Amino acid sequence: MALSGVEIFKYLPKTNCKKCGHPTCLAFAMKLAAKQASLDACPDASADAKKVLGEAAAPPIRGIVIGAGDKAVKVGDEICLFRHEKKFFNPCALAVSIKASEAGDAAAKKIDAVKTSEIDRVGQKLRVDAICVTDDAGDAAKFASVVKQVVDGAPGVPVILNSKNPAAIEAGIAHCADKRPLIYAATAENAEAMAKIAKEKKASLAISANGLEALEALSDKVKAMGVDDLVLDPGARKAKDMVEQYTIIRRAAIKKNFKPLGFPIISFADRGDSLAEATAAAIGVMKYASIIVLNSIEKWKMLALLSLRQNIYTDPQVPMQVKQDIYKIGDAKESSPLMITTNFSLSYFIVRGEVENSKVPSWIAVMDNEGLSVLTAWAAGKFTASKIAQFITESGVEKNVTTKELIIPGYVAVLSGALEEKLPGWKITVGPREANQLPTFLKGKA
Amino acid sequence: MALVIPKESYSGKIYEVQIGSGGKSVTIGGANALPFLSFEGVFPHKPAVALEIMDIAPTDWPETVQKAVSGASANPVSWAKFCQEQGADLVALRLLGTHPDQQNKSADEAARVAADVAAAIDVPLVILGSGQAEKDSQVLQAAAAATRGKNCAIGKAVEENYKTVAAAAMANDHKLIAMSQLDVNLAKQLNILLSQMGFAKEKIIMDPMSSALGYGLEYTYSVMERIRQAALLQNDPMMQTPIVCDIGLNVWKVKETIAPDAEMPEWGGLADRALAWEVISASGMLTAGADMLIMRHPGAAAKTKELIADLM
Repeated sequence: MALSGVEIFKYLPKTNCKKCGHPTCLAFAMKLAAKQASLDACPDASADAKKVLGEAAAPPIRGIVIGAGDKAVKVGDEICLFRHEKKFFNPCALAVSIKASEAGDAAAKKIDAVKTSEIDRVGQKLRVDAICVTDDAGDAAKFASVVKQVVDGAPGVPVILNSKNPAAIEAGIAHCADKRPLIYAATAENAEAMAKIAKEKKASLAISANGLEALEALSDKVKAMGVDDLVLDPGARKAKDMVEQYTIIRRAAIKKNFKPLGFPIISFADRGDSLAEATAAAIGVMKYASIIVLNSIEKWKMLALLSLRQNIYTDPQVPMQVKQDIYKIGDAKESSPLMITTNFSLSYFIVRGEVENSKVPSWIAVMDNEGLSVLTAWAAGKFTASKIAQFITESGVEKNVTTKELIIPGYVAVLSGALEEKLPGWKITVGPREANQLPTFLKGKA
Repeated sequence: MALVIPKESYSGKIYEVQIGSGGKSVTIGGANALPFLSFEGVFPHKPAVALEIMDIAPTDWPETVQKAVSGASANPVSWAKFCQEQGADLVALRLLGTHPDQQNKSADEAARVAADVAAAIDVPLVILGSGQAEKDSQVLQAAAAATRGKNCAIGKAVEENYKTVAAAAMANDHKLIAMSQLDVNLAKQLNILLSQMGFAKEKIIMDPMSSALGYGLEYTYSVMERIRQAALLQNDPMMQTPIVCDIGLNVWKVKETIAPDAEMPEWGGLADRALAWEVISASGMLTAGADMLIMRHPGAAAKTKELIADLM
């Protein structure tokens, strides 16, 4: 629970030495409470103060990094239950399970699928984030050989080591000890051995229990052994249990600052049928899972899940933006109509969808207005006649569109006169107010 | 310290709305907690899945979904029966043929189709206009009268036509679908306007305006979450109407459900991709609080029903 300035003040040296850059310890305490200063600035802070204040300042859900290098993923460190309250910060990692029994060709195929999984979506590069090597053969040496195959075959891709057998983990981690793997999982039975390995190898450790009470007990136990980077699996597999248990964990961490459950969640969307697995994973994406392990990663499935994750983790306060450009829809030619809209992605998607519906090949000029919709951009002075004219001129669209006719959104009909002045030789046509009237409009022109 | 399950205390409850009559009637709503959190509330009715049919052949639908209904879709009555056989909880008839840009069919013609479809099925019927507000006023009036006594859900009432559409629902004892433009306040506003003209709020199903996965799904998702919170946590009676999401309409026009394998090899096969697009869009709407979904692909609807079973 966050401490007030006065509560923090009690733990400070009260010397008013000014070494922290603030006139008094109380002033510094106030800055700490407002999270505008760090306790590190106080050279005389006691160990006790560091412990208490450090715990209070720690995020309600600990951030965990899995893997090393540029493909490492950070999960957790979330602060809200609903994205509209602020935003979801660290997109959940999507991992594919490679079983020890798949050693060889089957594993190689999956490794290749991971390596070629990257897609570009609204300017973001998205891909399968991690590989979970699963010990299904009960053979530590075989497990370790697949870990090696994965580490060699997909260098840099974060690894999850999935076995309840400490000997297998020990053998597997030898191939990725310096790469911050995630160990899955410590249970009530093997907690000591797993914690020891995690601590020695500086790996993060997932803990798995059946139900939240058992999970809490295990969390306390493993933390007491000195492992700080934990990941939680409360055992939920049915979608109903996932939603309920993950919600309770998230609420307990964020609303009650309940430390034993203040860690990211790992979810297994294991289903026999790939589309059913996708729906289970989708529930995880929306309902607080931070790592989701899938059995298969067909391209269509990853496209859907990565798109969903992108939607859910978008900052609700910062509109998604499309790149400023002239977009060609269908087999547009020199004589095809040219429309302009703003780069608010929803505006663009809706306009584009309707233009595609119309089946009239067209050009859409998308102008950078910092992601505002047409009316908002106009009201904010970012969608004015002179700015539009400048964009159209500089875009060089004249070369592609010989009609020299620009169709503007009906809501900014008021701009047409000024635009004709600023774009000599162009005909400005006022289009419909709503995108859904575009098909009629375009068919009328064709 | 031992974990105390952090429960919300809800003061509101979603209205229960029944559509249809007899053994196959469907009731939606009734929840008194946020979606699927049965440790702190009750969910007397599972979300319902309607399959969409039209009064004209679906020649504008992408090939994947056209194929899935081919054989039945040439005629609305056989199409409706097909949907019922496919396990749809309801059939949603979209009178797209009445749109001036389509076949500009008359209100009377549309009403005959609605009556024929209603007579041919046991599951409840949802009747949707073409989305042209002015024409929908006439079409829905005629269709509502022609299906009187069937306890259908008709819509969509929008800002421009809500008075006539609501009057038609009221006069013929139907439920009403009211759609607003992706905004919490507009959704509430429309329910208030309807109430002020004497339409019982307990007979409204609200459509917050759906969107497809990858195309603004997050807007609908958050608007719905906020509507549900206002309904349950703030006990706002104007937000307690069940929610319907018109998914198929939005999904089956985006590139992911249309582009052939060869065009987008990095997207995977079209058939699987398109089906997944509708199912994952549906999963988003369910998670945010949808009480009823209108879908197009029978396979996607079946998979969505599996998910609903997994969630309850």
